[in-house]
Amino acid sequence: MSANDFLAPDLQHAADSAGLVPPTRREFLKRVAGGIIVFVAFGDLAAAQEAANEAARPRMARPELPTDFNAFLHIGEDGHVTCFTGKIEMGQGPITSLPQMLADELDAPLDSVDIVMGDTDLCPYDMGTWGSLTTRQFGPAFRAAAAEAKAVLLELASETLQVPVARLTARDGVIFDRQDPTRRITYGQLAKGRKIERHLKVKPSVKDFAAFALMGKPLLRRDARDKVTGKAQFSADIRLPGMLYAKILRPPAHGAKLTSVDTTPAKATAGVQVVQDGDLVAVLHELPDVAEQALERIKAEFTIQPREPNDRTIFEHLLAAAPAANVVSKGGDLDEGKRLAQRSFETTYLNSYVAHSAMEPHAALASIEGDKATVWASTQNPFGARDEIARALGFPTEKVRVITPFVGGGFGGKTVNTQAVEAARLAKATGRPVQVMWSRAEEFYYDAFRPAAVVKIKSGIDAAGQMTFWDYTVFCAGDRGAPHFYTIPHHRTAAAGGFQGPPGLHPFAVGAWRAPGNNTNTFARESQIDLMAAAAGIDPVQFRLNHLRDPRMIRVLQAAADHFGWTPAKSPSRRGYGVACGMDAGTWVAAIAEVAVDASKGAVQVKRVLCAQDMGVVINPEGAKIQMEGCITMGLGYALTEEIQFEGGKILDTNFDTYTIPRFSWVPKIDTVILEANEFPPQGGGEPAIILMGAVIANAIHDATGARLLQLPMTPARVKAALLTGGLTSANSPLPAAPV
Amino acid sequence: MPTTISFRLNNRPVRLPADAARPLLWVLRTDLGLTGTKYGCGEGHCGCCEVLVNQRAVRSCLLKAKDVEGKEVLTIEGLEKDGQLHPLQKAFMAHDALQCGFCTPGMILRAFGLLQSNARPSAAEIIHGLEENFCRCGAHVRIVQAVQTAAAEMRGEH
Repeated sequence: MSANDFLAPDLQHAADSAGLVPPTRREFLKRVAGGIIVFVAFGDLAAAQEAANEAARPRMARPELPTDFNAFLHIGEDGHVTCFTGKIEMGQGPITSLPQMLADELDAPLDSVDIVMGDTDLCPYDMGTWGSLTTRQFGPAFRAAAAEAKAVLLELASETLQVPVARLTARDGVIFDRQDPTRRITYGQLAKGRKIERHLKVKPSVKDFAAFALMGKPLLRRDARDKVTGKAQFSADIRLPGMLYAKILRPPAHGAKLTSVDTTPAKATAGVQVVQDGDLVAVLHELPDVAEQALERIKAEFTIQPREPNDRTIFEHLLAAAPAANVVSKGGDLDEGKRLAQRSFETTYLNSYVAHSAMEPHAALASIEGDKATVWASTQNPFGARDEIARALGFPTEKVRVITPFVGGGFGGKTVNTQAVEAARLAKATGRPVQVMWSRAEEFYYDAFRPAAVVKIKSGIDAAGQMTFWDYTVFCAGDRGAPHFYTIPHHRTAAAGGFQGPPGLHPFAVGAWRAPGNNTNTFARESQIDLMAAAAGIDPVQFRLNHLRDPRMIRVLQAAADHFGWTPAKSPSRRGYGVACGMDAGTWVAAIAEVAVDASKGAVQVKRVLCAQDMGVVINPEGAKIQMEGCITMGLGYALTEEIQFEGGKILDTNFDTYTIPRFSWVPKIDTVILEANEFPPQGGGEPAIILMGAVIANAIHDATGARLLQLPMTPARVKAALLTGGLTSANSPLPAAPV
Repeated sequence: MPTTISFRLNNRPVRLPADAARPLLWVLRTDLGLTGTKYGCGEGHCGCCEVLVNQRAVRSCLLKAKDVEGKEVLTIEGLEKDGQLHPLQKAFMAHDALQCGFCTPGMILRAFGLLQSNARPSAAEIIHGLEENFCRCGAHVRIVQAVQTAAAEMRGEH
């Protein structure tokens, strides 16, 4: 496949004209023969920087924010619209929703709009696809570019047709005079023979909800046909003449040191090449399975440093090693709150390391021609990958082009681009194109897991069942989702460490995992709220409503209760109903679950989940619903089974036989409710619903059985242990609860 | 040692020199360039590499090239006939039964195999039949609906 196959024909010419070496973006733009190009920059760079700080991995160089523009679109002489963005498609749907926004703002036919994503030579800089930011932060700027392009087209049409702009209407790529609709001109005709560049500095007005023609309507995926026929290409599917497949020697444990290596036996296989470049020892062959067999013949010795901790002792380790806590919100006076409390509760919540487990392993194909490297990579941040590759090769960044084909799931895990760097180094060493695709074992070994974390909460209620104080500290998960939104007169929320912690805190890499930190924080907060509601003998929905003032949270919680058919009862009601609510990515979300617990096996079957969201105006309702369903289904895993087993630096899970992700039979009946909130800007949808899954199931288990689970995942062994003890003081928490 | 393997692939005869002991998955993906069949785990757990051999869904990462000698192999690339999508492909599109799409080829072929032996599966039978095919994006609910829709079309009901 050529790197430029996905471009419209007129743009392919521009991209190809330099021969083998792909053009820089500046060259590319110079070569675009004609048409109208609108460049757009984010209005609020401070907000973008804040988001970058939240999402970027500290060990990576923090990218400079662009000073020129973030996106651009081109209207060709054939009326074809192509938009260029550094965002990538990993299943979450921008390949559909971004053209939907563009066609709507531009009043162009949807099928005339194409999108080029994640190509660092053709697309403007983008920090990465994460944080549910594509629609809520990138979307408005992107829509503004389209609105600007339409304004330009209207001006041109006014000159050509000799009709004032105010009398013109644009529809389906045609501009006409409302007084004489026969006076009309197409976008393609307007673009023909011109070369107009507009740089957008002031924010033009985008359409109000009432004017939406395409946005707000469900739209099926644009990539679906390619994905059901096998045509959709992922990074490991790209083929180049003369390419080699690489298999890389891996240490048995994190922290292990290579002391000796004999690659001679591997070289006995015909066609095998061995590369030894410092710490990188690789076997390459024209067939991946032959390379793999040859790798097994390498004799290597490692010294393994004995390391603590393991998956049982990790929580004591984290508490001892965590940095000092920072207060993220507070009010009132905790001592006063404790004095007012009639009953106090001190609880410690735990969750283990969790893997991303995208079905597509990390993969990359690197090709170096002359002084230019081109790398096809499964990545959530192609520009970050480009910079990492350039550093490793000693190339200037403009001599590295990263192209992002379809990405087979990311969830935060594909912000680590080690495989792309490995492929590039091996391509440089061998002089041939090289593919690196991690095995599932490598995937588990090198994954930057969701961190194991601890939350300690002390809280109290008065005789009337009103909360008097809340003292909350999260260790090692970060503060996303930590601040509570309840009415509590005396409160303090603190976070010790971010979701990555200082170097050495965790025994291996940790990183962003779908809604980083918020799964941990929402599990702890909503469990503690539930525990107090039960102690007060108040229905858990009512208890929450008694402590809520935020109208959007009240509305979303009530909507969940109404649609579920909730009837008030104090927990445990033996119905197996649980409730939880929270906020993530600007979206308000509430869920109610029904579970059945098999006490003899400790097995939990989630029978039904209803989830309600207020996410502002919705661009693609079907896409938003699918994201909610995906969050609920994926969230069953971290709630019930998923935890990395490890012993020091050795990751014991190497495949899906021991690391269990959700199966078809686990999936409950799912109902989704998206509240109309068209007066508010669009918010994130890829993450919010997943934050509730730990608490909503824990609370439902309590309602079914009276046992309170304090540690995720809620495995059969932990459920049985909690059933024996009631949970709260059980052996499922290794940390003794001290009296307040 | 290289020998010649002959089988029918997507309704066409193929003969290729290949070590009979090589995994079918890599013969398909590299020697034959059929990259719709995916590597997901390499140990038969996930189903991303599922193909049909004599109409039965099997994990190509666990099969050797010699295992398909003289047999009929169908990969996702062979499901479309004369430009017409198979009912399962159409139903996966219509139900939005995919997100990242990486598990989709295996999922569709697994469902195809299931419908060969049971033309009128209940939702529970579909869930049971697809249980060991993994989807990390969480499209499960829609996949079950898509298989039901496709089954109805294949029975000529709409």
